[in-house]
Amino acid sequence: MELDFSSQGHYLVAFVPELILTALGMLVLIAGVSRRLARDPERSFDIGWLALAGVLLAAFANGWMYGVHEVGTQAMIAVDRFRLFANWVLLGSAGLAVVMSMAYVDRQRLQAGEYYGLLLFSTVGMMVMAAARDLIVIFLGLELMSIAVYAMTALNRAERRSAEAGLKYFILGAFATGFFLYGIALVYGATGSTNIARIAVEVGSGSAQPALLALGVGLMLVGFAFKVGAVPFHMWTPDVYEGAPTPVTAFMSAGVKAAAFVAFLRVFTVAFDGVWDRWWTIVWWLAALSMVAANLLALAQLNVKRMLAYSSIAHAGYLLVAIVAANQAAAAGMLFYLLVYAVMNVGAFGIVLIVANQGEDRLLIEDYAGFGQQQPLLGVLLTIFLLSLAGFPGTGGFMGKIYLLQGAMGAHLVWLSVVLVLTTVVSYGYYLRLAWYMWMSEAPTPDVFHQVRAPISMRIALLAAAALILYLGVFPDAALEMARASVDALTAFGGSAAATP
Amino acid sequence: MVEFLFIVFAVVAVGSAAGVVLARSPVGSLLFMVASLASVAALYVLLEAHFLAAIQVMVYAGAIMVLFLFVIMLLNLGHDYRRDLRLTLTALPLFALTGGIAALLILRFRGAEQAPIYRFFGGGDAIDAALAEQGAVGAIAHPLFTDYLVPFEITGILLLVAIVGAMALAKRHVDDPVPAPAPPAEPLAALDASAEEG
Amino acid sequence: MDLQPISGVPALIAQSAKVVAVFSVVMLVVAYTTLAERRVSAFIQDRLGPNRVGPFGLLQPIADGIKNIFKEETFPATASRFFFALGPMLTIMPAVVTIAVIPFAAPLPTPWGVVDMIVADVPIGILYILALSSVGVYGVVLGGWASNNKYAFLGGLRASAQMVSYEVALGLSLIAVLMLGGNVTLTEIVRQQQAMGLWFALPLSLAFILFVIAAFAETNRLPFDMPEAESELITGYHTEYSAMKFSMFMIGEYAHMLTASALMATLFFGGWDLPGSWDDAFWYQGQLIRGFDAAGVPIAAAPAVWKTLLTLGAFAFKTGFFLLLYIWIRWTLPRFRYDQVMQLGWKVMLPTALAYIVVVAGTVLVLDLVGVPYGFAFGLVLTLVSALCTGAFLFALDRGRIITGAAAVGEQKLLAARRRGGLELAPGSAAGAEIASAAVVDAGD
Repeated sequence: MELDFSSQGHYLVAFVPELILTALGMLVLIAGVSRRLARDPERSFDIGWLALAGVLLAAFANGWMYGVHEVGTQAMIAVDRFRLFANWVLLGSAGLAVVMSMAYVDRQRLQAGEYYGLLLFSTVGMMVMAAARDLIVIFLGLELMSIAVYAMTALNRAERRSAEAGLKYFILGAFATGFFLYGIALVYGATGSTNIARIAVEVGSGSAQPALLALGVGLMLVGFAFKVGAVPFHMWTPDVYEGAPTPVTAFMSAGVKAAAFVAFLRVFTVAFDGVWDRWWTIVWWLAALSMVAANLLALAQLNVKRMLAYSSIAHAGYLLVAIVAANQAAAAGMLFYLLVYAVMNVGAFGIVLIVANQGEDRLLIEDYAGFGQQQPLLGVLLTIFLLSLAGFPGTGGFMGKIYLLQGAMGAHLVWLSVVLVLTTVVSYGYYLRLAWYMWMSEAPTPDVFHQVRAPISMRIALLAAAALILYLGVFPDAALEMARASVDALTAFGGSAAATP
Repeated sequence: MVEFLFIVFAVVAVGSAAGVVLARSPVGSLLFMVASLASVAALYVLLEAHFLAAIQVMVYAGAIMVLFLFVIMLLNLGHDYRRDLRLTLTALPLFALTGGIAALLILRFRGAEQAPIYRFFGGGDAIDAALAEQGAVGAIAHPLFTDYLVPFEITGILLLVAIVGAMALAKRHVDDPVPAPAPPAEPLAALDASAEEG
Repeated sequence: MDLQPISGVPALIAQSAKVVAVFSVVMLVVAYTTLAERRVSAFIQDRLGPNRVGPFGLLQPIADGIKNIFKEETFPATASRFFFALGPMLTIMPAVVTIAVIPFAAPLPTPWGVVDMIVADVPIGILYILALSSVGVYGVVLGGWASNNKYAFLGGLRASAQMVSYEVALGLSLIAVLMLGGNVTLTEIVRQQQAMGLWFALPLSLAFILFVIAAFAETNRLPFDMPEAESELITGYHTEYSAMKFSMFMIGEYAHMLTASALMATLFFGGWDLPGSWDDAFWYQGQLIRGFDAAGVPIAAAPAVWKTLLTLGAFAFKTGFFLLLYIWIRWTLPRFRYDQVMQLGWKVMLPTALAYIVVVAGTVLVLDLVGVPYGFAFGLVLTLVSALCTGAFLFALDRGRIITGAAAVGEQKLLAARRRGGLELAPGSAAGAEIASAAVVDAGD
């Protein structure tokens, strides 16, 4: 099927996965209301399954989209494999998050319809960001994603920390969005277009107004850095990750970050490719600072959610390396890493949920003492996720870091590579400390973990996630090939190639 | 004439924007903001963007700011705002910084006439022609429903999400008559009870 | 006769004359509407009303004005003086200037060219009115807040909530009109009604009903006078005002009524149009024409002074009719409860208006696809569809479920219980009273 966007009907085709998710999102909202109105609770069902069905349908549509091709690169919506690969990551994290949420939502008495509805809409926003080839659409996708996540963060009305986190996230996020929007306006003023392809032409030919462009690029960088949580724009991350309901944290750490990185990559390596030599030092410092600061701070954390928050900042640093490198290998490595990161991070948060009794109970690292001995299966799974997060050979996280390093070396970023390797070594400290508590430390009472709340669906999802990580760690080639083919669509990376000796 | 009006409304807009920051009562700030928005609407009229001007007044001055007024009046009743609104010395460097950036932008704006953006616009004549042909609303509506259809539709979803989020957070009672499901086969009752107490 | 638009110095003079004339007439009409209100209320309540100052009391408004000017201006001791004075000003300003975009007669031929009988034919027409009337709420809210009086404050808050709520329904009910008019300028809307040969009140009857309800709420008139509600809030937001400031609130309210009445006449009753196409006149490529013949060639219009005067009379009559409707309803209907006002606005008016837009748009689309030209037949089909919608709307409203007094619900339950149980009880008997009271309690929740 060929799309040239001459008729508006083509946009309907280009948006099939998003449209399916939107429709299911509305259905979930209605189901939530009618369930609340229903007098007979026995006949109600868990809305989470409806949301999961939506995600699966959207994933099916995403697979179908591989048969759809577009003509030209001028449309507001890209129909390329880059977007479709990103959609796999986003839908995967959404699906995992839905499965992880069911027991929690039920037990915490969250408003199920609103929760799953917002989750689906937020995923739509992420997918729009991944698909956008226009700064306006990126902005709208960003807002759609963010506003839904702000609300989800504060959704646990019984928790004061949840409300605090929601407010904090909302205010800082709105501020960052303001920066981003102002950046878009200035870029528009400098180049006369919001279309990424046209901006690339203007920037590449040097006809863009340089001062406006520099300021615009800088402000957009701030906006993106906030969304991915890079140092020094990371201040919100630990508090929000800690305060938000744990499944929301899992979703947020995987989905929001992946969507922001995908849009980040597309904007900066396609639209601003021509001025790579002017922005790469800034991103270099963002990457280096994020890796160093976050890994050191994570060492000092006592709360698991905070520790994972700093870990996610550190991973933002690793991923920023790919944006600095701005070459094909790095971009492919970034997609691969995003896939692995989404799976392993949601997986780790899933076990955190189980240990925390599907609530916010046992969140300290000490609370994990004896967990591995009493729940060997879940302990092994958490260990796999942690090792992968740390980048242990044999796991997907390791291969991801290798590919990122390959990309960095391709762009001759020697020092950044050194920083990446050294900080990875540091990160072993806090990941393995958790594993050590789990296996080596004695539980305060021998039966504290004898019964855990882990529905069978959640166990299956966790097992699948761990299996996927091990598979990607041992046989990464297929996924990497797919990622490589996906970044071909970007047809950029001229700036860094020309600038590097 | 147009230039004279521009200067009048520009001065009012900037002056009342400063007034928003400097006013001593929140209601005063709000009214200054309304004045600023209205002056910007007048500037839109001078630019022949009549529809935008009407929408600016209707949406910002007429709806959003009324909501702000509502909130200011309803919340914090009897609370003295003066202390919260006092200017501190730390604000001065921030003012200087933003002023500096603005000055820098204005200085560097020279040569902006060659920026690509001016290649895409036909100027005042094109606007007049579009207005005469399609009317004030049609000139906006036509691109909105053709070239910018995708952002328009996404905005619809965005508004829906904002409403749902606001409702979910603002609801006073979260009464879900569906009780928590019966515990699974594993003996969880003791655990549940202790968790509920905590 | 020369059919060119007036230009140059005469245009400036004509423009100034129109501004002065319209402003004076608005003020005069406002003054005499207050008199009309008192006389009509007296008529409805079987009294005489003010009839001592001049013949039939015709000089009463002037006496009132003089009295108010000479009264003492009071400021509440703890009120914020600046905002207190600002409130009435903000109320009167939008109410007086909105009338500027409403055409009030057919174009007037003069030796220097044709003069349009409208103060300012701005390209955004109706949006200008909506924008300014949405600003009008500030006066009420600020007045209520600055008085530093709990009743005034409550009145101000009620006013802002009510006006914001009904603005939505008002705007949505207009969408149907704009879809038929094809433009937002009021001259164009009048012209389209002439071209259809039907005033929009018939093809868009439900929009008309919704517009009238919303306009009543927007002007804070009974049965929507919650912000004033003298029995609960003394007189709401203007409790603390005296002398000319109080007068300004009153002038604002009546000028608002006048604008709303003129709008109802213009949007739904053809404005200055009279039946028949002898008075049609509009500008087409610099020419004043009456319409097009079968070949699409413009037919020149024949403006005349008597036509202008006659159409002015028609406009005045239609506007006056709606002003009388305002007054009549005020002295006939009781006030809603506040929650009923909000329910009506958000749960009835808003969804109805939205659904009606879809219906009208669908009908127009089908008619376009079928190939019916815009004209009388087009209007008749729409009239039929709208009549069905209006019927359904009124039927739904009348079933006593959505908005009704608590007593009516109780009576209906009583009737239903009788019918169901076959209870043949007189209302006076003990069992009947019991059922009735139970039903009333039921309805209260």
